[in-house]
Amino acid sequence: MTADMTDTVTAPGPHAGPGARRFRSPLRAAPAPVRRLAHYAGTLPFVAYVAIFLIVPLVSIVIGAFQVPNTNAFTWSNVNIAVHGSYLHGFEQSLLLSLLASVIPGVFGLLIAYAIFTATGRAAAFLRQAVITASGVFANFGGVPLAFLFIASLGSSALVTGWLNDIGLHIYNWGFSLYTLSGVTLVYMYFQIPLMVLIILPALEGLRPAWREAAENLGARSFAYWRYVGGPVLMPSFLSCLMLLFGSALAAYATAEALTTGTIPLTSIQIGSFLNGNVIAGQENVGKALSLGMVVIIAVLMTFYVLLQRRAAKWLR
Amino acid sequence: MATLTPAAAGHTTSEADNSKKRRPAAARRQGSGAWRWVVLLIAGLYFLLPLYAALRFAGLSGFGDVFTTPGFGSSLWLSIRLAAVTWVITLALMIPTTVYVHLRMPRMRRLLEGVTILPIVIPPVVLIIGVLQVAPLALRASMWLLGLEYVILALPFAYRAIDAGLRAIDVKTLTDAAGSLGAGWFVTIWRVILPNMRTAVLSATILIVALVLGEFTMASLDLQQTFPVWIVLFDQENAQISVAASIFALFVTWIFLMLITVIATRQSRRSGGGEVTLFTVAPRETIGN
Amino acid sequence: MTAKANEKANEPETTAVVHASRAAASGPREGTPVSLRNLTRAFGATKALDGMSLDIAPGELVALLGPSGCGKTTALRIVAGFEFADSGEVLVGGSDVSGVPASRRDMGMVFQSYSLFPNMNALDNVAFGLRMRKTAATRRRQRAAELLDMVGLAPQAKQFPHQLSGGQQQRVALARALAIEPRVLLLDEPLSALDAKVRLQLREQIRSLQQRLGTTTIFVTHDQEEALSMADRVGVMRSGKLEQVAEPSELYHRPATAFVAEFVGTMNRLPGDLAAGGGTVTVLGSTVPVHDGGPTSGPVDVLVRPEAMTVAPAEGGNGIVTGRTFLGGTTRVAVLLSGDTEVRVDVPSGTAPPMLPGTAVQVGLPAAPVLAAPREP
Repeated sequence: MTADMTDTVTAPGPHAGPGARRFRSPLRAAPAPVRRLAHYAGTLPFVAYVAIFLIVPLVSIVIGAFQVPNTNAFTWSNVNIAVHGSYLHGFEQSLLLSLLASVIPGVFGLLIAYAIFTATGRAAAFLRQAVITASGVFANFGGVPLAFLFIASLGSSALVTGWLNDIGLHIYNWGFSLYTLSGVTLVYMYFQIPLMVLIILPALEGLRPAWREAAENLGARSFAYWRYVGGPVLMPSFLSCLMLLFGSALAAYATAEALTTGTIPLTSIQIGSFLNGNVIAGQENVGKALSLGMVVIIAVLMTFYVLLQRRAAKWLR
Repeated sequence: MATLTPAAAGHTTSEADNSKKRRPAAARRQGSGAWRWVVLLIAGLYFLLPLYAALRFAGLSGFGDVFTTPGFGSSLWLSIRLAAVTWVITLALMIPTTVYVHLRMPRMRRLLEGVTILPIVIPPVVLIIGVLQVAPLALRASMWLLGLEYVILALPFAYRAIDAGLRAIDVKTLTDAAGSLGAGWFVTIWRVILPNMRTAVLSATILIVALVLGEFTMASLDLQQTFPVWIVLFDQENAQISVAASIFALFVTWIFLMLITVIATRQSRRSGGGEVTLFTVAPRETIGN
Repeated sequence: MTAKANEKANEPETTAVVHASRAAASGPREGTPVSLRNLTRAFGATKALDGMSLDIAPGELVALLGPSGCGKTTALRIVAGFEFADSGEVLVGGSDVSGVPASRRDMGMVFQSYSLFPNMNALDNVAFGLRMRKTAATRRRQRAAELLDMVGLAPQAKQFPHQLSGGQQQRVALARALAIEPRVLLLDEPLSALDAKVRLQLREQIRSLQQRLGTTTIFVTHDQEEALSMADRVGVMRSGKLEQVAEPSELYHRPATAFVAEFVGTMNRLPGDLAAGGGTVTVLGSTVPVHDGGPTSGPVDVLVRPEAMTVAPAEGGNGIVTGRTFLGGTTRVAVLLSGDTEVRVDVPSGTAPPMLPGTAVQVGLPAAPVLAAPREP
């Protein structure tokens, strides 16, 4: 035996020998297909739950969208109605509202997120925590209470309106109202901006300080950095977040209902009205067709979201 | 009303990597901070003014009376029970599943993430229509249906929180280590994995509570008088009290979240980590030495 | 130059690397002198830099070596302009740059890792500095291509950072820093995040490029082997101060302080008895002269390099072998001496086999002068 040139006095370390107890699964002896099934079995409870409480309702909507009420015969009429007349108008308004209520809060949310992310100093950590937790709370706030908050501040004879009038900004004379598209957008921003702050922060964390410093070192100042590096790198994440915001605005129900009963046709409200009972006979399933439409739009958005996120992940590793 | 709050477990920034260096150099320059305060000021005004206006409207009397008004207690109690049911089912479902996928089926993580995005794609108003269509009558009449569906709504947040928590502790390595020392499955989960997921579980909990306390759409269309529904109904009778109730709910949730963050930060500081933020997605590996 | 470089790469790590004339290379370009004058920087209560001063000759490569927290990176970042000193100044080519923003200091910096812009391919990354200087598009792409060629990555010009390996990324980062023909090249632990093999290759490349271009360079590292093999001079730092600045061989053989002695290379510590007056010390039974600069009285430890000691099997010797580590050409033998002192002695591997653990050996010291330091408990 050749002399081992590297030896030390300490004894060989412990290792998992045959003495260690390990769980020996009876499945080891089972044939391959059974084993594969058992492998997936760990996810069974989850799959079953989602199937029952999500997939089944969804499928029933999709099917119902093409059925005549009571007879369940196949028909295009629901879908047909859903894309014409007041329902088409509802879609248009919903899409327009969602566009406004995603781009504007998107930009603001980005600015706020960046502001707290790059803050320095002793209060910086506290600022970050406060804003992030506040965002978590406000992102879930909406409906009548939110509507009320704005009616109390920007209603026609409310507090802030009064202040604005005092300094000469008579917004109501210029046609402002909480019940128009712009007013609703303003209210939607109350939960859209916090949402944006929360979902854009991880992307900001992916912006390595080394890039900023390297750019500076090579002669780039703030604007050049954002134009050539920061902006392009952040863009996929930013756009993907806009997709999420758009979907969120589109799906909003409670706030929409509180502000717009009747004044602006919005798809989510129209869908809800089918549960409230005032439905034209024979059109009971139109609500499902509307739902289908909404789901399709959001599904398209989510596809873009995933694709953009993947692109962002490649760069922001 | 937004139904999406992506969340994850505590993301810890190790103070050891000189947190000062992580902020871009420009932030340290004098004079570049001005825009920051302008932005935050405008944001502060936008968010706080309406609250202030509403508070003035509600008046202190509103706050006093709110607790004694009929329906406050029963609706709040209903919401709390729903939150509890949702919490139990969500965690009992998601923790084992996520752990299992992390350990045994890592490639399925993509798929799992995709599935948990589904509830976001389906607006609650659409979901409740489908649910009321297929649910058996007995279930439809009871409050439990809502709880079961809230689990679906909570899935995205719970998954993100637990997933990030597992990634932060590198569950694969820990499990292998525990196994090599002779631990069986149950012991591993109970003594190794769960204790390290305190922050993730806390994070998921508070988000479930916020979700249930704020969810109006499905509850109202399902004709259940949860707290948010009561607030709206009561608004017609006494707007002041209704407003007071919603602001009450808002602040309580906010305090809760800050508390959780402080506790989580203190815990993570004790085990060598740093600042904890509750809402970011997976922690990133630190660079360099 | 290349032959010597290859030779260096093959020497075992414990052998002192002796460099031939290391006078500052005056390459095809005139380098710029850099001076750090009395830099002080405190973060709250801790002093990251405590009156650090250093003069760097044109074209010289100075390595700043030290443990983490010693201030070497802070000093580099102050030179780069990413941090500001509380007091003191930085002179480049004779003029004070303290007031000049980082983007205008005309320095090239290579960061530790992941500093390439992810949205641009290698060529565009390298050309970035030139784009900032408003160089025409064709000219800057040409120059970028030249530099990529210089670092051996011409075929990877169109690839994106996430498609490149760690070593390739750092080479692109180097090319990017050099593309602007900087007055000073700054390297912040550029090799720390790379595998050992790649690290060695890149060491060569960086050094040869730097010498070819004659760029004044400051290289920060915590790896003493890196510093010793690459630098013209090495500055060892601790707690914000420079303990010693000298050529690598002097640092190794004549460390100015005990800290430097133990940080650079391996050092044995043996209790010894100082003679009256401090001129000689008795250790391991022999009396040897002491280098100046150490304590002249009191209990001392003697600091000796492993390769300076001798060990051979001997019945009734002054120590027992506790282990051996094979290092290639040499073997490091660990010996427990009477009095519970552990020393490590390097011997040619051919003489090592008889010294199995447990063998009685005699450890000796040649008559050469040794270093003394106050005894540590």
